[in-house]
Amino acid sequence: MFAYYLELALRSLKRSPGLTALMVLAIGFGVAASMTSWSVFRAVSGDPIPWKSSKLFVPQIDMWGPNGRSPDGEPPNAMDYTDAVALMRDHRAKRQSAMYQISPSIVPTDASKHPLNVSGHAVYGEFFPMLDVPFQYGRGWSSSDDANRAQVVVISSKLNQKLFGGVDSVGRIVNVEGRDYRVVGVLDHWNPQPRFYDVVNSGGFSTTDADVFLPFQTAIQADITNDGNTNCNAVPDEPGFVGLQHSPCAWIAFMAELDDAAAVTAYRAYLDGYAKDQQSAGRFRWAPNNRLRDVPAWLENQHVVPSDTKVSLLVALGLLLVCLVNTVGLLLAKFLRRSSEIGVRRALGAPRAAIYTQFLVEAGIVGAAGGVLGLLLTGAGVASVGWVLPRDIASLARIDVSLLVLTLLVAVVATMLAGLYPTYRASRVQPAWQLKSN
Amino acid sequence: MNFQVRPILTALRRHKAGTMLIALQIALTLAIVCNALFIIHQRLGNLSASSGVDEANVFVIANMWADMGQSTSQIDAQVRADLIALRQLPAVGDATPASGYPLRGGGWDNFVTMTPDQVKPTTDSAVYTGDEHFIDTLGLNLVAGRNFRADEVMVMGTQEAVTPPTVIVSKALADRLFPDGNALGKSFYAMGTTPSTIVGIVDPLHRQGVDQWSNGYAGQSLIWPMRADDSRGVYYIVRARPGQLADAMREVPKALYAQSRMRIIDPKDGIQDYATIRHKVYDSDRGMAILMGIISVVLLAITAAGIVGLTSFWVGQRRKQIGVRRALGARQRDILAYFLTENFLISASGAVLGIVLGFAFNLWTVTHFAMDRMSLVYVGLGVLMLVLLGQAATLAPALRASRVSPVEATRSV
Repeated sequence: MFAYYLELALRSLKRSPGLTALMVLAIGFGVAASMTSWSVFRAVSGDPIPWKSSKLFVPQIDMWGPNGRSPDGEPPNAMDYTDAVALMRDHRAKRQSAMYQISPSIVPTDASKHPLNVSGHAVYGEFFPMLDVPFQYGRGWSSSDDANRAQVVVISSKLNQKLFGGVDSVGRIVNVEGRDYRVVGVLDHWNPQPRFYDVVNSGGFSTTDADVFLPFQTAIQADITNDGNTNCNAVPDEPGFVGLQHSPCAWIAFMAELDDAAAVTAYRAYLDGYAKDQQSAGRFRWAPNNRLRDVPAWLENQHVVPSDTKVSLLVALGLLLVCLVNTVGLLLAKFLRRSSEIGVRRALGAPRAAIYTQFLVEAGIVGAAGGVLGLLLTGAGVASVGWVLPRDIASLARIDVSLLVLTLLVAVVATMLAGLYPTYRASRVQPAWQLKSN
Repeated sequence: MNFQVRPILTALRRHKAGTMLIALQIALTLAIVCNALFIIHQRLGNLSASSGVDEANVFVIANMWADMGQSTSQIDAQVRADLIALRQLPAVGDATPASGYPLRGGGWDNFVTMTPDQVKPTTDSAVYTGDEHFIDTLGLNLVAGRNFRADEVMVMGTQEAVTPPTVIVSKALADRLFPDGNALGKSFYAMGTTPSTIVGIVDPLHRQGVDQWSNGYAGQSLIWPMRADDSRGVYYIVRARPGQLADAMREVPKALYAQSRMRIIDPKDGIQDYATIRHKVYDSDRGMAILMGIISVVLLAITAAGIVGLTSFWVGQRRKQIGVRRALGARQRDILAYFLTENFLISASGAVLGIVLGFAFNLWTVTHFAMDRMSLVYVGLGVLMLVLLGQAATLAPALRASRVSPVEATRSV
């Protein structure tokens, strides 16, 4: 019976090619617009470390007091040096790392080559196991390396390619800002987006690769200055990078790994205790106003998903809705035009269910055709999204199997939903009236 | 031609579903299109905002020092030597060191207060630094006061807080701080313990950033007479002689490397003319405008096609009635008017709903994404577009209807 309905549907669609094409086009465009914006939205709102994001926390400490808070009472979104180092020293989380963005130059051993500017972070050794950073060669450094301010460096596979031709370079020497550092690890293509460990400096997404990682205290000692945002509520008393370290300016990101609810509660209590200590020491003249958010909440709080992306998705969904309303109207016209045919079928004994099946099959075929067109247009849309979106975001949108399946599914299901009302109307056709007027 | 509305309404009551679907489609289309128009107009407005810079002849070099360990005096000597070399190049008109430049996409920003101990800042200003060549190099329009003198230019080391006693401000900042218009000679504080006295006013001078949050401080900038000798690097803003931009952009890096090789000028982003800078900083605005444009066109096309489709169906359904009307003396243009009026009534009722939906969507973006309120103009424009579109889409089927011969009345199907 299904094959018969399929044939009927195809014959009917062929009878009015203009109307059919119109419906297929509408569904195709509507689905493609929605799916293209969905692929972008999915990319920017994704969880960069889904297996662990609920265990990774970003603490905020209110070192500026009421005048430095945002209008909704939020403390600064980065730390000053004093607090970051104090939190590292107390070491109350399972793993933790303070970090700041650096942009040092690397001087090649070959003197004829130009120096190279790279970007990266100064971090603590626990950064690597905490974020499950994959290594191609070697590994990160130990906490004793942190404490001893060891001259070690972790480099990206890309930089390893550039400097050492991609071989296992562990143990080799890299000259960063005029000092020699021993390579202890080479990353294995690690470029999480959003760049959750330092949202404040990347704004969430970054096209520049993280090429070097130096031990935090080593970088501080070597005077490798902060290359990220520096926010100050007052001008530092002393000049230079050392002055920045003594100032209440916010420029350090922080992340802590807390395994369960008890650990989170304990850490919160610790932060409040720390702020109270600062209060009684006279450094803070206000009650504790700390925050502790896990990665998903932190990304939300920092508005990592650009509002343009959300508005675009909504507008595209609106377009799909209009296309569906359009399809409802056209299907209604198409089905009711065949009232006499329906009358004859009903008079010959076809139950309403049969009419339902017949017309839903027809709607489904329109949906499938629209879906196929939608697939092509989505492909074109995702490929050309770089034309309308900033590079850092556009490069994240991808076509994969799940997007293709979703496109087809949305097209077919949506069209069949759109076909429900016209089919209902078709099934209500009174056989007697139709037969009479013939 | 007489518009008989009542028979049309009666007829429409018999196609409730079709009528409501078209009205709903028009409402949704209007709601989206008027918001899209609003967004497009706003973003295009951003795109054409004046920077104050003579963009045709100015370009920027991001010069990073390869050795971060240099002292401030070493860097300053290098910067001054670089500038002398740059200014001697045949294709170069002028050059200035800088810590940032208009439309850079973010950068140094300071709170501004009228007194040193004021807790709540008066406003916020973008901060530019440069020497006495800054204004001429950028081609800024000095509307009052004077340029900096060479002896006023101070030196600022890495992350050092230096507050020069003189400052040149943009007119927007001058007007914000001194609404009475006599800003020249007055002073203010920009996160320092010493005041800066306004010696000149330029108009306009765009901020470095174009973010939405800075809209409230649009055009508010100040220039401090300083060479920013940061150990990380410096920007050189260079003005080419008229028509020699390409030559100057070729000569400048060569001249700098000839001065010293211990610097890094990124071959890709290290030298940018203002066309590139502007193109980059407005990336997302332009993209959003294009996206909204595409969506609006697709929406209008689909809605028009839908109206053509449904009206054609109705015309086909009513051939017999049309024949009867024609036989009873209705002229072709009466039939035409009938369908056009019918579409107008549907469009109008859809538009009413669309206006409500459109404002609701706008209000939602205002509360959720801090976007601006949409003015009535865009809604009016949207309504006009949709009504005209509806009439145009109805025209073809309506003309076909008007050509139905009175003989049809006598045929049975």
